[in-house]
Amino acid sequence: MATGETFPLDPPRPRALPVPPPIGETAMARRLLVAAAVLFLALILALPLAGVFTEGLRKGWGAWLAAFADPDARAAIRLTLLVAAISVPANLVFGVAAAWAITRFSFPGRNLLVTLIDLPFSVSPVVSGLVFVLLFGANGLVGPFLKAQGIQVIFAVPGLVLATIFVTFPFVARELIPIMQAQGAADEEAALTLGASGWTIFTRVTLPNIKWGLLYGVLLCNARAMGEFGAVSVVSGHIRGLTNTVPLQVEILYNEYDFVGAFAIASALAVLALVTLVLKTFLEWRYGDELARSARH
Amino acid sequence: MTTASIPSRTAPTGFALRRLRDLAIVATAFGVVLGTTIFARADTTLLNVSYDPTREFYKEVNQAFAAEWKAKTGETVTIRASHGGSGKQARSVIDGLDADVVTLALAADIDAIAKTTSKIPADWQKRLPHNSSPYTSTILFLVKKGNPKGITDWGDLVKPGVEVITPNPKTSGGARWNYLAAWAWAAKTYGGDDAKVRAYVTELFRHVPVLDTGARGSTTTFAQRGLGDVLLAWENEAYLVFDEFGAGKFDIVVPPYSILAEPPVALVDGNVDAKGTRRQAEAFLAFLYSETGQSLAAKHHYRPSRPEAVDKALLDRFPKVELISIDDPLFGGWTKAQAFHFGDGGTFDQLYKPAR
Repeated sequence: MATGETFPLDPPRPRALPVPPPIGETAMARRLLVAAAVLFLALILALPLAGVFTEGLRKGWGAWLAAFADPDARAAIRLTLLVAAISVPANLVFGVAAAWAITRFSFPGRNLLVTLIDLPFSVSPVVSGLVFVLLFGANGLVGPFLKAQGIQVIFAVPGLVLATIFVTFPFVARELIPIMQAQGAADEEAALTLGASGWTIFTRVTLPNIKWGLLYGVLLCNARAMGEFGAVSVVSGHIRGLTNTVPLQVEILYNEYDFVGAFAIASALAVLALVTLVLKTFLEWRYGDELARSARH
Repeated sequence: MTTASIPSRTAPTGFALRRLRDLAIVATAFGVVLGTTIFARADTTLLNVSYDPTREFYKEVNQAFAAEWKAKTGETVTIRASHGGSGKQARSVIDGLDADVVTLALAADIDAIAKTTSKIPADWQKRLPHNSSPYTSTILFLVKKGNPKGITDWGDLVKPGVEVITPNPKTSGGARWNYLAAWAWAAKTYGGDDAKVRAYVTELFRHVPVLDTGARGSTTTFAQRGLGDVLLAWENEAYLVFDEFGAGKFDIVVPPYSILAEPPVALVDGNVDAKGTRRQAEAFLAFLYSETGQSLAAKHHYRPSRPEAVDKALLDRFPKVELISIDDPLFGGWTKAQAFHFGDGGTFDQLYKPAR
């Protein structure tokens, strides 16, 4: 912003030749760059999103709504909400704890932990799913024992939750670690010298400092938890009305030539993404003073 | 950057209170979702683990059986279904998917379950009539409208410029029938000259641009994405596409010679005894052989094993094809064919080279 205002005209210093701008682009080049970015966004983001909605609404609102009246679709939505309701809080707790440990303490194996947190990002979701089949399958390591206790993990809700937790594991921690590293431990140390207990330091100092980053992490984590396909597909067993999450239901409908139904449900996922964005904006507006004080995001 | 959190004592408290209230609302919502999921259960639930193209057929069968069972016993039974490539589905049952009945594309996949788990006895195929196959099918060709490449028989599939769509025989039951039908045609045409048969099958798979994991994936590839010139398809799948996309886009080509595909069904004894659903599951399988079950099969273009139980008008829709059985000496039954053609290092592994 500041650079853009300083260079075009600088009258107090008369010179024969115009000063070359600190950033090389001409106005034309800048406009072209912006246009390219907008075009790219339109092609890669807006167009597919619009495509989802137009295909879903191709036969009108009645058909769109009818897709949600289907009991299997309802079951899929309930299941997805349930899986997210368990895995997101679990990863919230884990992410805060891990970020806290990594940025505030020095201990052996700290770098290893940082690497391990990233593991789900680098492992293909199919492999993540198969790992759970190997562990909890009928011929797996602990599967037979659990089966004898009457506990079904794989091809049931627990397996879906485990796979989702695994895949969405890094989101919260990854969001918090850089923030907490940048902030340093000065605030906490000050609170400690004033006699605050560990819990008070956490709730009154650390949490307010990181809450916007935390919210970001949770939103991303939730979006992925609800949208995850690969790992969940492996452990689901695809039982209709029972272990199909929303993304799996979309695939099933598509394969049954119910394109309107598939894209109607898919558009619900897209709406969910938009709602999270709106929610985040609303929170920022509502707690704007808090936001300004924490000076983050 | 962040300095002012501690001095302001009042604001965080108000914020915390609001947050506490929000948390309570969210927690209640989660509770409601959890509750409805856990308690929304029917009296008895059967799980039918099936292969890909039976979705529409079993949707109707499940409803018809539930209605009949309710009328007969007063008991509400819900049949859940899971569909996918036949080999993949068998793998899931082996890994612990709680199937009461399996209705797969070929005997080898149920054999695999019987062999690796103790849930199905080895002689399962003798327990129900007609080799445990309440319906049979065959493999036909689906081509673009007007058959622009002039495909009428298996030999035309390897003509230059023809692209063939078929799923992967490693994961799809339908694909294994496709493969064996092609093999049988070549064996008949070349009088059993092994080298020529292998050359034909090798050439055929050079004409395959993509191998999907299941029959339905291949159908979508061909019908929706418009890839390829000919789809090797289950008879019922070919008619389904024909009905679904209208007769204006595709033609069905019936080759003079094809394979008798027997998709068998079996009770998963280990699971029904653990769940106490043996009675309902057995009745469900018997229902497939009943007049209603057979008529529904014919309606969905599966050839009924008891044609006498079905209206003649439905039967007349099936084209006449010369069919070779898997028990023909050429193949020697599924156990042998499975190991020889589709096991590790079998003929498919030897001959398959991706499309040029």
